[in-house]
Amino acid sequence: MSLNLSELDVGATGIVRAFAEGSRAAMRLREMGVLPGTEVRIVRLAPLGDPIEIEVRGFRLSLRKTEAAEILIESDDSTD
Amino acid sequence: MADRVKSKSAFHLAGDPSGTPVYAFVGNPNSGKTTLFNALTGMRQKVGNYPGVTVERKVGEFFSQHGHPIRVIDLPGAYSLVARSPDEAILRDVLLGRRLEMHRPDRVVCVVDASNLERNLYLVFQVLELGLPTILVLNMIDQAERKGVAVDPKALERELGIPVVACQANSGHGLVPLKVAMSRIDLPPPERPWLPGKELKPAVEEIVEALEGRSGQERSTVQAEAILILSEEEHVRVAGSVHVGDRAIEVARRHEAEWEARAFDWRGEIVSSRYESITGICSRVMRRERNLGPSVSDRIDSVVVHPIWGWATLAAVMTVLFLAIFTLAEYPMGLIDSMMAGLGSMVTAWMPPGDLRSLIVDGAIAGVGGVVIFLPQIMILFFFVGLLEASGYMARAAFIMDRLMSRVGLNGKSFIPLLSSFACAIPGIMATRTIEDPKDRLVTILVAPLMSCSARLPVYLLMIAALIPSERVPIMTKVGIMSLMYILGTGAAFGFAWLFKRVLMRGEPSLMIIELPPYRRPSLRNVVMQMLERASLFLRKAGTIILGISIVLWFLSTYPKSPESVSSSEAVAQSFAGHIGHALEPVIEPLGFDWRIGIGLIASFAAREVFVSSIAVVFSVDQGDEEGLTPLRQALLAAEWPNGSPLFTPLVCFTLMVFYVFAMQCVSTIVIVKRETNSWRWPLFQLVYLTGTAYVVSLIVFQGGRLLGLG
Repeated sequence: MSLNLSELDVGATGIVRAFAEGSRAAMRLREMGVLPGTEVRIVRLAPLGDPIEIEVRGFRLSLRKTEAAEILIESDDSTD
Repeated sequence: MADRVKSKSAFHLAGDPSGTPVYAFVGNPNSGKTTLFNALTGMRQKVGNYPGVTVERKVGEFFSQHGHPIRVIDLPGAYSLVARSPDEAILRDVLLGRRLEMHRPDRVVCVVDASNLERNLYLVFQVLELGLPTILVLNMIDQAERKGVAVDPKALERELGIPVVACQANSGHGLVPLKVAMSRIDLPPPERPWLPGKELKPAVEEIVEALEGRSGQERSTVQAEAILILSEEEHVRVAGSVHVGDRAIEVARRHEAEWEARAFDWRGEIVSSRYESITGICSRVMRRERNLGPSVSDRIDSVVVHPIWGWATLAAVMTVLFLAIFTLAEYPMGLIDSMMAGLGSMVTAWMPPGDLRSLIVDGAIAGVGGVVIFLPQIMILFFFVGLLEASGYMARAAFIMDRLMSRVGLNGKSFIPLLSSFACAIPGIMATRTIEDPKDRLVTILVAPLMSCSARLPVYLLMIAALIPSERVPIMTKVGIMSLMYILGTGAAFGFAWLFKRVLMRGEPSLMIIELPPYRRPSLRNVVMQMLERASLFLRKAGTIILGISIVLWFLSTYPKSPESVSSSEAVAQSFAGHIGHALEPVIEPLGFDWRIGIGLIASFAAREVFVSSIAVVFSVDQGDEEGLTPLRQALLAAEWPNGSPLFTPLVCFTLMVFYVFAMQCVSTIVIVKRETNSWRWPLFQLVYLTGTAYVVSLIVFQGGRLLGLG
């Protein structure tokens, strides 16, 4: 099942699969360690629902939902 | 001496002609790099800008174990040498030896956050590829331990083949071993920890060839540069750097087009293969104990960015900030005021009366004093902004506010600078340096003066006093009018930001990928040092221009001289300022202003609050501090047009307030915007658009009010 990071619930984890075609955030995110195969956890949403806080390689990043949507993931709980 | 010469020849480069070795400090943001730099160099540092760019340049010095001076450059923090902003381009260009004002540094100190080793090592890898002798500082080992991460410095040293020093910069622990390491004469250049894969090799070779003729650098450096060119999506250039040459970039783009055509993701390849090596190293040098439970930062964040408590926290922080600015600043402001007055009367007593005395007392001292009086407020703001930055709260404020700010095309990082501008636009504008995107930064600077600063308060208070003659009017009416001015300015700031982003600076929205670092106890020393640096910078930059403008304004209101018998208000009327006021009257009459208000507008061009004192002179009020605004208010209410109709009608007072909401009546801001945008273009644009808006809106308010029968 194909999901992007903005579709994950708070508390859920996922493994980065790829970046969307033409993603502007891709290079910066990759250099910060968000790579295919990396585990990402959604920590929380900002009070207004956007941006979102994620945990990756032991540190926290804030990114907008539009940017999170460029990160394609394999969800851990792919039952539904 | 012989040693020194030998060591130089080993580097092939001299960072400094005098033979003093030069170290570059490199590291991720929040790695504690600047704390370490301050701990090493103390007060022996110079802060300025890189020529041609508004990127802060910090150079310091300390003495080695052998008593020789060692120079240190604190470079901008970054996650990668692939530049996306002017800061990052400066970092890249200094390390590549492409800056015109300086030689290439001899050696590098890489500062890494031990609790965050993997990501920090990415930049270290890029630096090692450059081939400069490098020392690694494993900083914040205490925080790593608290996080359940243990790093073995010896193992890391073996893996990377460079000296590794464990450090806790905030407690000074590890400083001596670092000094010892930096004093070493024989520091071998590093081995390359990573090499490009074979698919990239032909392209790298060809770019190296294109670069080589121009740089005269070692091959390892040129090769690293070639890989950087292939990694970047766009080549960011800054003034004062030698250009890599179009040919190298052409060659790179040609190969890239070919790779793109066969769907080879070379940039992903470069990053991933570096991280592969890094992950390998980390697995050998790092032990991670899982399940430590939520960290302190996490527990703080569950309140600080909570959907409800987050707003409450933000409001509380801002309230404390403004209370501090307005209450704490009061005493030093009073002190400066009386010092300036004391200085004025001292000069008056010592010098014979005449033009020179008047120039010094009424021109220079009064003019400069009018600006220096805001220094306490500015410094308190610098202090608080520094505290918010160093503690990690700044990133949270950006996180909370981003959604709202993005509505007008800005991002969360514009929030604190704009908010600071409610006290004074100068610290606000200087705080915009944390905004990486140049367009977002420029728009924030352009709209910052619209936030009603504290220098407008005296004008607002005077006009409200004149507007509401009766004491019986409930206080809430006054508060309401005052609030209206703040709302008007804030609304205009957001409106113009939206407009500028749509019209002037089109393009894709900026990225908002920011780290939310763990909360840290700020180092008071760092915060105070930064505050003092910024304050002295403001005084140096703005001081001379303010002095100049003050003298010009003094000249305009003093000459041509009237005979002694004439009253001071009459003298002003006969002066150049009076003539300009008269000349201005046809232009400002549609706003309901006469030539005397015109004099006030001109006189307050350097600083808004001067309006009150100059209006007092024009309407012959000897305004004593004790009596407050009452005599001035009565004089204003008695003022008339030549035909006998009252001048300061409620509508005119209101229109004047509206004018001051918009008008760019502040020389200090103009000077600081010039410095922060590095050209006269933007401050002049700002002056024109703000004054134009002030005029048009005031015109609409006054004429509209008259049509409604309010005049």
